[in-house]
Amino acid sequence: MIAESMYQELILEHYKHPQGRGLRDPYDAEVHHVNPTCGDEITMRVKLGDGGKVEDVSYDGQGCSISQAAASVLYELTEGSTVDETLAVVEEFTRLMQSRGQIEGDEEVLGDAVAFAGVSKYPARVKCALLAWMAYKDAVMRSSK
Amino acid sequence: MTTGFDAERIRKDFPVLSRELPGGRPLVYLDSANSAQKPTRVVEAMREHMAMHYSNVGRAMHALGAESTEAYEAARDKIAAFVGAPSREEIVFTKNASEALNLVAYSFGNRTNDDPRFRMGPGDEIVISEMEHHSNIVPWQMLAQRTGATLRWFGVTDEGRLDLGNLEELVNERTKIVSIVHQSNVLGTVNPVERVLARVRQVGALMMLDASQSVPHQAVDVAALGVDFLAFTGHKVVGPSGVGVLWGRGELLDAMPPFLGGGEMIEAVWMDRSTYAPAPHKFEAGTPPIVEAVGLGAAVDYLSEIGLDAVARHERELTAYALEALAEVPGLKVVGPRDLDMRGGTVSFTLEGIHPHDVGQILDDDFGVAVRVGHHCARPLHLRFGIPATTRASFYLYTVPAEIDALVRGLHHVRKVFA
Ligand SMILES: Cc1ncc(COP(=O)(O)O)c(C=O)c1O
Repeated sequence: MIAESMYQELILEHYKHPQGRGLRDPYDAEVHHVNPTCGDEITMRVKLGDGGKVEDVSYDGQGCSISQAAASVLYELTEGSTVDETLAVVEEFTRLMQSRGQIEGDEEVLGDAVAFAGVSKYPARVKCALLAWMAYKDAVMRSSK
Repeated sequence: MTTGFDAERIRKDFPVLSRELPGGRPLVYLDSANSAQKPTRVVEAMREHMAMHYSNVGRAMHALGAESTEAYEAARDKIAAFVGAPSREEIVFTKNASEALNLVAYSFGNRTNDDPRFRMGPGDEIVISEMEHHSNIVPWQMLAQRTGATLRWFGVTDEGRLDLGNLEELVNERTKIVSIVHQSNVLGTVNPVERVLARVRQVGALMMLDASQSVPHQAVDVAALGVDFLAFTGHKVVGPSGVGVLWGRGELLDAMPPFLGGGEMIEAVWMDRSTYAPAPHKFEAGTPPIVEAVGLGAAVDYLSEIGLDAVARHERELTAYALEALAEVPGLKVVGPRDLDMRGGTVSFTLEGIHPHDVGQILDDDFGVAVRVGHHCARPLHLRFGIPATTRASFYLYTVPAEIDALVRGLHHVRKVFA
């Protein structure tokens, strides 16, 4: 029963009830990222406000539970945050995903995203978890240009 | 259910089938369409050759060179007999099916080849189908781009059959080559070669079959099929990876330009030009996959002794059993024919609301059931059905009904996790 440690209740919840899903206007930048090995894809829009505030992150896409839940968790985390705060979380999340199960992840920084720790043991699925987060990083870079 | 075929005894020939996976899970290998497992016979033949008879082939003037060459060429004889090739010189060893397909595509529109059958340019047409593996799509796209020819394709019906509704229009006087899959690696569909070939002959075109998924599962006789080229790959016929086969009609192979240049494919070399060895050596540049060819020879011997007709019957019964059992899983939709007519033991499906990657992960981790998930190198076919991916279970001579039961149990569990 190894897989069940990957499919945490929280991940399944987000998959079944995704938060913030659907593309919205207005936005500063839109990006489209795909995972060529499995065909998962995401379109993401970012709207930034004054003082580096994240005003909205909206997205649409298709893929496995891990990639879809990761997008939903990301959305919640960006709500009411600043770009700097969220990029720090993206960094910690990336570090966790690339750890091959060697670290647990800092829950203080990651919040709900810590539930993805189990995914890092599956090299083939790490890209699923990172898809939305990489798209977000890309979109933020483009909007602050 | 019994198939009157002693699959349990056959399983003993495949050491991997009795191993356990980490966590004490038994292995339920339902991914033979991807690559087949290997019987001891093949492993031993390769070990024996590598340990006791190994040397380069064709060029070494010593005892080991002779033994190695003899074993390599004996493998060619076995394969020629296995697929009913009229001549052993018509069997070309390649790296895999992909290389065999590329080799043939490369022969067209090549400036060094003035044979009219291989001339290609704007106005000429190449015909493939929507159910092809990328290996039988991309080389033809590249050919079309190189020559300005037009790439066209057969559609696929909702049931997963080749749509022959526009056969007459699609295959016409402009067509130079039709290359289609014999048995689909996703749908399991076995295509009606005869009907397509009759039209191909009417218009004077050539026909190639991608037999990667048929040669392992049914008796294939190239002479009886009557096509011009046929490709298959060693690792799916219980042989090793690293070796594949192109069969081509002798007079066509003679008319084709070499593919790769190098050692052993030449007759004489000057600084500014070369003449080439006759087929098949013309197409086997460099040191070939010697040990792999020997392994493939042992693999076809093994399959011949069991008999491909018996294998096909066994798989047919397994497929009937699987189609019925899978129909009971709520939300499961088979992509491909649901009857046994002209169909092999490969069953792809979707589970409503659950992504194939999640299905595959839980089947593997919780039940040791190995299936393939994704688009199986047939993305256009998945686009045709408007789905990004499927889960695919594929059966072979060593598959037993209990493994299908394990799959079905696993699928019920997957549904519970995502309920
Ligand atoms: C129908 C079909 N064609 C071609 C191939 C390519 O085989 P290979 O990767 O060995 O070249 C495969 C297997 O992956 C296949 O199923």
